[in-house]
Amino acid sequence: MSETTHDSDAQIAYGRTEWDDYHHLPTNTGLTNEKVTMWAFLGSDCLLFGALISTYLLLRNRVGPSTTGPTAADLFDIPFTSVSSFVLLMSSLTMVLAVTSIQRAEMERCKLWLLTTAGLGSIFIAGQVYEFTSFYREGLGFTTNISSSAFFTLTGFHGVHVSLGIVMLVTMWALVSGGQLGPERAETIEIIGLYWHFVDIVWIVIFAVVYLIP
Amino acid sequence: MNTVAVSEEETHDEHQDHGLSDVGYIKIALLLAVLTAVEVATYFWDFGVLEVPSLLILMVVKFQIVVSYFMHLKFDSKVFTYIFVTGVILAMVVFAAMGTSMVFWQNPSGCDLSAYC
Amino acid sequence: MAITEERPEILELESGDTSTSTGAFARPTNASGWRAWVFTVDHKKIGIMYGAVAMFWFLWGGVEALLIRAQLFTPDGTVLTAEQYNQIFTMHGTTMVFLVIMPLAAAFANYIVPLQIGARDVAFPRMNALGLWIFVFAGIFLNLSWFLGGGPDGGWFAYAPNTGVTYSPGAGMDFYALGLQIAGIASLVGAINLIVTVLNMRAPGMTLLRMPVFTWMIFVVQLLLLFALPVITVALILLSFDRTFDANFFNVAMGADPLLWQHLFWIFGHPEVYILILPSFGIVSETLPVFSRKPLFGYSVIVISGAAIGFMGWGVWAHHMFVSGLGPVGVAAFSATTMFIAVPTGVKILNWIATMWGGNLKFTVPMMFSISLVSMFTIGGLSGVMHSVAPADTQQTDTYFIVAHFHYVLFGGALMGLFAGMYYWWPKAFGYKLNESLGKWHFWILLVGFNMTFGPMHIVGLQGMARRHSRYGPEDGFDFWNAVVTIGAFVILIGMIVFAVNIVRTWLGYKAGTVPQEPADPWDGRTIEWAIPCPTPEHNFDYVPVITDVDDFWHKKYQPDENGKLRKVADGNEIAQKGDQNPHLPSPSYWPIVLASALPLIALGLIYNLWISGIGLLLLLGAMYGWSLEPATDPDAGHGDHADEHGPDDDDSPGDEASEITEEAPVV
Repeated sequence: MSETTHDSDAQIAYGRTEWDDYHHLPTNTGLTNEKVTMWAFLGSDCLLFGALISTYLLLRNRVGPSTTGPTAADLFDIPFTSVSSFVLLMSSLTMVLAVTSIQRAEMERCKLWLLTTAGLGSIFIAGQVYEFTSFYREGLGFTTNISSSAFFTLTGFHGVHVSLGIVMLVTMWALVSGGQLGPERAETIEIIGLYWHFVDIVWIVIFAVVYLIP
Repeated sequence: MNTVAVSEEETHDEHQDHGLSDVGYIKIALLLAVLTAVEVATYFWDFGVLEVPSLLILMVVKFQIVVSYFMHLKFDSKVFTYIFVTGVILAMVVFAAMGTSMVFWQNPSGCDLSAYC
Repeated sequence: MAITEERPEILELESGDTSTSTGAFARPTNASGWRAWVFTVDHKKIGIMYGAVAMFWFLWGGVEALLIRAQLFTPDGTVLTAEQYNQIFTMHGTTMVFLVIMPLAAAFANYIVPLQIGARDVAFPRMNALGLWIFVFAGIFLNLSWFLGGGPDGGWFAYAPNTGVTYSPGAGMDFYALGLQIAGIASLVGAINLIVTVLNMRAPGMTLLRMPVFTWMIFVVQLLLLFALPVITVALILLSFDRTFDANFFNVAMGADPLLWQHLFWIFGHPEVYILILPSFGIVSETLPVFSRKPLFGYSVIVISGAAIGFMGWGVWAHHMFVSGLGPVGVAAFSATTMFIAVPTGVKILNWIATMWGGNLKFTVPMMFSISLVSMFTIGGLSGVMHSVAPADTQQTDTYFIVAHFHYVLFGGALMGLFAGMYYWWPKAFGYKLNESLGKWHFWILLVGFNMTFGPMHIVGLQGMARRHSRYGPEDGFDFWNAVVTIGAFVILIGMIVFAVNIVRTWLGYKAGTVPQEPADPWDGRTIEWAIPCPTPEHNFDYVPVITDVDDFWHKKYQPDENGKLRKVADGNEIAQKGDQNPHLPSPSYWPIVLASALPLIALGLIYNLWISGIGLLLLLGAMYGWSLEPATDPDAGHGDHADEHGPDDDDSPGDEASEITEEAPVV
């Protein structure tokens, strides 16, 4: 405010203003830095999965003189994968419910939904572990042929993303339980949720493009 | 998409948060479940030439629903949409061009294309 | 619901006492000495360190270049063996691209962007330090290969399967793949941080179309990095999996297509070219108006063409692959897009010329470097347009003509611009100008040496001299121009020695008092970083500047009188902020450097023994834990009058997204 201007500041081009210092300056977009960061990261991750998915699509049926073994697609167990895809899809619903409950300050519900989401994610990962081991038993290891390398890399990277998400969800649950994370920081859960839904939409694409389209 | 429209109306009064109500989200999830069931159905029944296009369309619709409702893009700042959609579109266009180039164009000696697809 | 957010919180400047905090460990103090640098989260110190480390690698990359030239000085050179030559030219390219030009641009981005947008720091100060230290460790890791069995030997673009275990059995390519992966993490962290900073932390009134052009170009570059890095991440993952875990991505016997690597690499690699050049375009867009004493001609056109270059840069990658068997359709398509991308670049060149046209030119050292960018880059750009003509490119590919082309754009373009930036912003960073006459010696020797080195490469290239070959025969007739080129390379060395002498002499002179301290606005600048003292006070701005114009500071100094003629109404040095406020600043932290040091350990383990990776992983997890428990601001260190408004829990804990553990993200 002008009355607070010091005499010595009178000639300064950028003197004291109503924002007297940086304390309560709103962000230009009105959005928090953290949320913009997460969206930027997700935008970047689109290219990562884009590259991995297209690598798989380009390599899945390629054969050379020394190719042996089945392709990954020969061994797909669609009913099984459908169930685990469905589980992951529903975990997005429980994630959203966790966010809305912390926004309403219903901490017990939030904890329940966070744990449910992490649990559904773990079921998905367990399904993936089962799928990988059964592929291995049927003679398709990581190094068997070009399609197996591409398949395990793509789905493995998705699995790592899901696992990281589970770790974050459990951490959130611990923080909410310990009272360190209250409704005033609901946005933290929302940001984790964004990550979780992103992992889910990547699987929507993988499930359709890799598993279902023959 | 009726479900969506209905649930939107329901929520506008009770929520200042621009999201849906819990019931709305459950309806969305049911819709997603139905779409997934249709997807899986293509594995059990023969959809003929429609199979690939219908799977792709279903995939895009599911993607769109999760992004706009679960991830709030429909209600949130446009800045997020710009950042994310830039990533999605770049990935699609660039890798489509790469794939096209490697599958269709890169065939100087007329060798067997079936090796690629 | 406008969610507002705390700016990075703050700690009393009054040095010394920063006690323990709620974190798991004690925090570093603000004390002086090396700790003040190693644990700092101040964007200015981080920027200076980026620059210093990059200049160290520039020295090393230069030595590699001189070794190459010594080998090629005469026919049948015997300075290096063919194996050594492969390693040296690979690391010369890798070093110059990833360890010199990118971090130099990051140095300017870190130092200047927050000042140009009137911010106190970047959005996530600790993440910024993390980016720096990951980059430092990536450089060390890459060059460790020299001591552990030889450097990478597959060229800087590392075409697979030539870089697979079969043809490159040493550990060099592992160091390359993993080292670039680490450097990529550093760039991604920095990119996200700067994107958020530019989007969210501009001073009131600074709309996007009032941002200085340098900030604009850095913003475009960070968006390019954000979207391009994942692609090389995938490519390097595939290569690493092939080499380390026997995957088959590039195993031709299994039906692999070698073009997969080339596509993935160049989908990253071509945006990368613009990542290297756009910061320099931004720098000269700042210096040319200042030293022409005219506003930038067509500000919005320059900004839009910069964004257009960034966008179109995604559609031209396959012009690096015209002779790879891309097929006629692909070649024609990418040939056309490559010709188109010359348009926005040409627009920029014309705008800069129009900026200088009729201006009151002041031939200071930064101005001379800027003009040399405009002219030298134009030469490189024109030979680039020649390459877009696919039949001609077929003739030129893999010859020295290509080498000449990209050195004209990267040395004559990017580096000349970065030197301009160094001379221009040196007083802002250190408080004194570099010596002008030594600077002119530096400039002229460098310009002559540069043209002597890379000019003749056009000739031997068109005569058919292949690049990446460790020898040529006396019968080839390349000896004369190669001798000239080698002499030119040593002339460049002399120029750089002059630069080093300049830095040391002015620094000593400044300490002895013979080199004057510069006032806030030594060049009569146009943008708001000149409205604060030289060197920049630790807290940047005393008060939040409020922006009303493009080139806002200039409009504070010059205004039209009643006849519409511009009159000087104020002196920049007098109306600049005094830098006498004493606000709170973000607290330093141990965690960025600890977390960063885990990455080379993990990578070393992947090459030698997975147990080392385990140790690295534990260190990584421990550092993440320590990081997320530590509030970004030390709650024990004076919150001043805001203490009662914000409990410790409100404290920002930025950077968690970097480690993908977001539990501490604050909400206000």
